[in-house]
Amino acid sequence: MIKKGTWVKIQDTILESGQRAPQLPEDTKKVPLIMWAKGYLQEDAEMNSVATVKTLTGRLVTGKVMEVEPSYKHDFGDFVPELLQIGKMGRKALWGGEDHE
Amino acid sequence: MSKDYSYEAVMSRKPQIMKDSVGIDYATFEAEGIGFDYERMMKETGYTLAEMQEIQGQTGVGNTPLLEMKNLTNLARKYAPAGKGARIFIKDEAANPSGSFKARRAANAVYHAKKLGYKGVIAATSGNYGAAVASQAAMHGLKCIVVQECYDSRYVGQPEIIEKARKCEAYGAEVVQTSVGPELFYVFLKLLEETGYFNASLYTPFGIAGVETLGYEIAMQFREKEGRDPDAVICTNAGGGNLTGTARGLIKAGAENTRIIGASVDLTGLHMASDEQFNRKSFTTGHTGFGVPFATNPDRSDVPRSAARPLRYMDRYVLVNQGEVFLMTELLAQMEGLERGPAGNTALAAAFSVAQEMKEDQIIVVQETEYTGAGKHINAQLTFARENGIEIFFGDPKQEEKGKNIILPEDLSLLKAQEVDLNKLRKSLVKNAASQAEKISDEDIQYLMTETKSSREFIEEQLQNLGINR
Repeated sequence: MIKKGTWVKIQDTILESGQRAPQLPEDTKKVPLIMWAKGYLQEDAEMNSVATVKTLTGRLVTGKVMEVEPSYKHDFGDFVPELLQIGKMGRKALWGGEDHE
Repeated sequence: MSKDYSYEAVMSRKPQIMKDSVGIDYATFEAEGIGFDYERMMKETGYTLAEMQEIQGQTGVGNTPLLEMKNLTNLARKYAPAGKGARIFIKDEAANPSGSFKARRAANAVYHAKKLGYKGVIAATSGNYGAAVASQAAMHGLKCIVVQECYDSRYVGQPEIIEKARKCEAYGAEVVQTSVGPELFYVFLKLLEETGYFNASLYTPFGIAGVETLGYEIAMQFREKEGRDPDAVICTNAGGGNLTGTARGLIKAGAENTRIIGASVDLTGLHMASDEQFNRKSFTTGHTGFGVPFATNPDRSDVPRSAARPLRYMDRYVLVNQGEVFLMTELLAQMEGLERGPAGNTALAAAFSVAQEMKEDQIIVVQETEYTGAGKHINAQLTFARENGIEIFFGDPKQEEKGKNIILPEDLSLLKAQEVDLNKLRKSLVKNAASQAEKISDEDIQYLMTETKSSREFIEEQLQNLGINR
């Protein structure tokens, strides 16, 4: 159980696939329009259950609980060998010689 | 009785929601025919340059450093004909409080919201503008909601947009995210109606006028440093506000001979509303997917009449490829010691090529940089591209297939900006603006001439081709 007052991320379907805007490409029309918001749970809830949260601006939003105390995981990625290569290319072109590579 | 918040009901209330949330009655600027009085709109609803400098100065926005890229200039000269290779400068806009030039737009918008008594501000943006509005709202003690298109239907998010969400939240803003699709606008309208907050649109007169200080500063800094105006200013172009505001600022400074060049990342062929293609691009802004449609139909924005009208000011428009911008971003770090975000370096990549056509004693200015960080970094974005099946290799960037590969120039001589036929864009604007009209007046023709910075003959020829009667 997730306790009332916990900071969670919820998701809600805004438009079902059949309700999407007519001018959209087919691949987008096939999927629903989803919205995500974060807030404090207004009642005890379970993961994936529908609950209401109070957002930072005080709005009440209802949706499926999908993450508890959401955090950021984005990073600087993996090693990209090409980037070192670019530096060598530029330095060699401007200054030449291995002292500058 | 509770209000009807269905898609149709909210969209049908759009004009009223807009009027209430922007505080501008756009109808008062409409002309008889197809046009409207742009300059009067800018004058009556905007701020003077001095007022804007004051407003921005109070929150530490503006007066960013102007830096000469001596190594990149010398490098460009290696590939230029004898006597060619203009001096390349950048305006380090990453030094603004929220890390980009968008702070200028947000400073004015949020100040205006506060002045009008709104309790909060809302902006619909996946870009740096969200962080800029959030930062300004924090300084003014206003509430803030940023709505961003962030994830595809598999809940895979663009790392760059996720980072911008983090930054907005760091400033205490609420972030509402959606999956791919223009119906984000419905979510945005609903939020405006529900909260009664101010619509801090990117395209209001005060937002665009906020960038005028950037153009003005460039002219002033060059007069102090070099005793003259720069020969060309190159702007990364998406919605057109950056270019419009900068050009207007240069004109206000009297720098009438400075050429204004737009530069975008070429993403031709990728559909911006495609769920499947959303994560197959490595640029979320500064690309042709915004640059071209917003130039040729500025009023497609989130206000009835956009104050960003780039074709009024653009002298030239060039494109570069994703691989070229990534390469230039890395060179900026490794040869100038400046680590900056990739999207803002679009114009720098183009400048490296354009400088080679200009004389050695001439000056070209790249008028912005943006902050970099986790997610919003070439290393993160190239990794993300590979994870999404995009091939990355060295070769001729002109062979790049959008959504399939990213080709880094294998030799610096291959970094070449591609020309966009401006007349083609102008024709398209005339078509968009005039095709609904039954009859075109002389006033309309004047309007179209100004809208496209072109001659009467050009407009009359287009109208004739379109079969529109005078």
